[in-house]
Amino acid sequence: MTEKKINVDYMSRVEGEGALRIHFKDDQVSEVQLNIFEPPRFFEAFLHGRSYDDVVDITARICGICPVAYQMSATHALEKALGITPPPGIRSLRRLFYCGEWIESHALHVYMLHAPDYLGYESAISMAGNPELLPVVKRALRMKKAGNDLMVVIGGREIHPVSACVGGFYAAPSQKALKALLPELEWGLNAAIDTVQWAATLEYPDFEVDYEFVSLSHPDEYPFNEGSILSSTGLDVPMEEFDQHYVEHQVAHSNALHARRVDSGSTYMVGPQARFNLNFERLSPTVRDLSDEIGLELPVRNPFHSLIIRSLEMVNAFEEAVQLIESYEQPRQSRAEIPQPLQAGEGCHATEAPRGLLFHRYRVDENGLITFARIVPPTSQNQPRIEADLWQYAPGVIQLPLEEATLRCEQLVRCYDPCISCATHFLKLDIVHD
Amino acid sequence: MSRSLERKSTTLLVIGVGNLYRSDDGAGITVVRRLKERGISGIEFTEHRGEGTDLIEVMKGYRSVFLVDAVQSGSSPGEIIRIEAHREPLPAQFSAGSTHSFGVAEAIEMARILGELPQRLIVFGLQGLDFSVGANLSVEIEQAIPVLVEKIYRELKLFKTEGESAL
Repeated sequence: MTEKKINVDYMSRVEGEGALRIHFKDDQVSEVQLNIFEPPRFFEAFLHGRSYDDVVDITARICGICPVAYQMSATHALEKALGITPPPGIRSLRRLFYCGEWIESHALHVYMLHAPDYLGYESAISMAGNPELLPVVKRALRMKKAGNDLMVVIGGREIHPVSACVGGFYAAPSQKALKALLPELEWGLNAAIDTVQWAATLEYPDFEVDYEFVSLSHPDEYPFNEGSILSSTGLDVPMEEFDQHYVEHQVAHSNALHARRVDSGSTYMVGPQARFNLNFERLSPTVRDLSDEIGLELPVRNPFHSLIIRSLEMVNAFEEAVQLIESYEQPRQSRAEIPQPLQAGEGCHATEAPRGLLFHRYRVDENGLITFARIVPPTSQNQPRIEADLWQYAPGVIQLPLEEATLRCEQLVRCYDPCISCATHFLKLDIVHD
Repeated sequence: MSRSLERKSTTLLVIGVGNLYRSDDGAGITVVRRLKERGISGIEFTEHRGEGTDLIEVMKGYRSVFLVDAVQSGSSPGEIIRIEAHREPLPAQFSAGSTHSFGVAEAIEMARILGELPQRLIVFGLQGLDFSVGANLSVEIEQAIPVLVEKIYRELKLFKTEGESAL
């Protein structure tokens, strides 16, 4: 009997600290572990006893790449708990805020983290060293900056923005400040279209999986902040029922929880590929035409094509950002009055973070203090799915030289753009040491 | 947005990189705050968490940049490293522990390839001990900070009195 092992002690080009271990016996996979060893961060525990209006800024700290997602899921959930309706104009401003984050996050992942895998480079820096690819890297940095600048104007700063609050925003940006961004966002729209066409020329491994896709779905728009929970298996339930159907479990080998379906215990995928497959008709005509032009067939079952899908989502985000700014009028009131005395209550909400569905649930007492918090980030939902993909994918690459096989498996993990910092925010810790 | 304002080419920017909630990782920011308190006119100070792509933007347009960051390597806690990064690449200990594996060292190398590196980029590294969650600096680091502040202060004074050509 021959044994082989793929070991990546420290995954690169992912956010946070994790390792990958795949064991083979006679070229059959015997064990797959995506080992997330970044320490747990206990966010849910230290929200207990904090005021409801601290939650938006505290949870934003879970992630430096997708703080807006945490702020959006938290504000909506707490508004439901406290019976607050944001004033007119806030809904659009929140979508615009989310456009900035998607652009920033997707530009980083597509070009700096994932593209080197397809082009045979160790990193984006070595990519930039090739004169032919230097303009591509420059385009990436400029696109990312366009997203950052949008977040700065709405959120005050691009990392852990400070303007979002329960009921709306502490201050809404002026029309003038947002309009000043238009030329760069219009450039970005064209750059994103170029990105899709460039992404379509890359060579992708031939690999398909019969996934259960899960995302928000809204009848009129591509999902950011609103919608029901839709699954490719046909499940379509209000977001309030999310945690009746999908639940997190602890596993010994990881500091991140693993989410699975309650009824079958099966894995599922959240993120761009799930959103795209389930909501294709709500993408802009530009995006749908582009998708047809490059010959993408629905549903997209090849996880490596997520790079193309992120590029298409960037087109959608740039286009929507331009439209929202063109029709923007500064709201007269940037946030709702908080009714006094406060009512005790419970609320939950899901929004679509760049990496997928992000669910929050809170209970608030009559003094406005948090008595219960649950946060289910995209990466903990995708983690068992990543391992399941590797069980299927690894046997096909193990005949390659070990270094090449390892790279291929890492490339697959990076399809999920896993955010390990997000996934280790959780409450309980139970590690088994040999 | 203030970053996009036109800058005088003689302005020197001092960047403190780190995370105040990761114990010694906050050293770079602490150093820059103390330098700022000593009041040297005509020098800009900023704090940064070390995300590489943004760091390239922050440095863009400045002819001279001083960057202060805590590092993790085998050397003894509190040790100070000074690197003329416009001349040589940063050693590996500057690239560890950064979000998305694109941190200070990667930003500097990328800026070098893009032709956007400041003409003079001095990186000051302070060897840290504890990078776990927490808001306090280790004793060794706390003791080393005044030494590093004084060292950078002198270089800044030299910049002020003798002009950029002297540096």
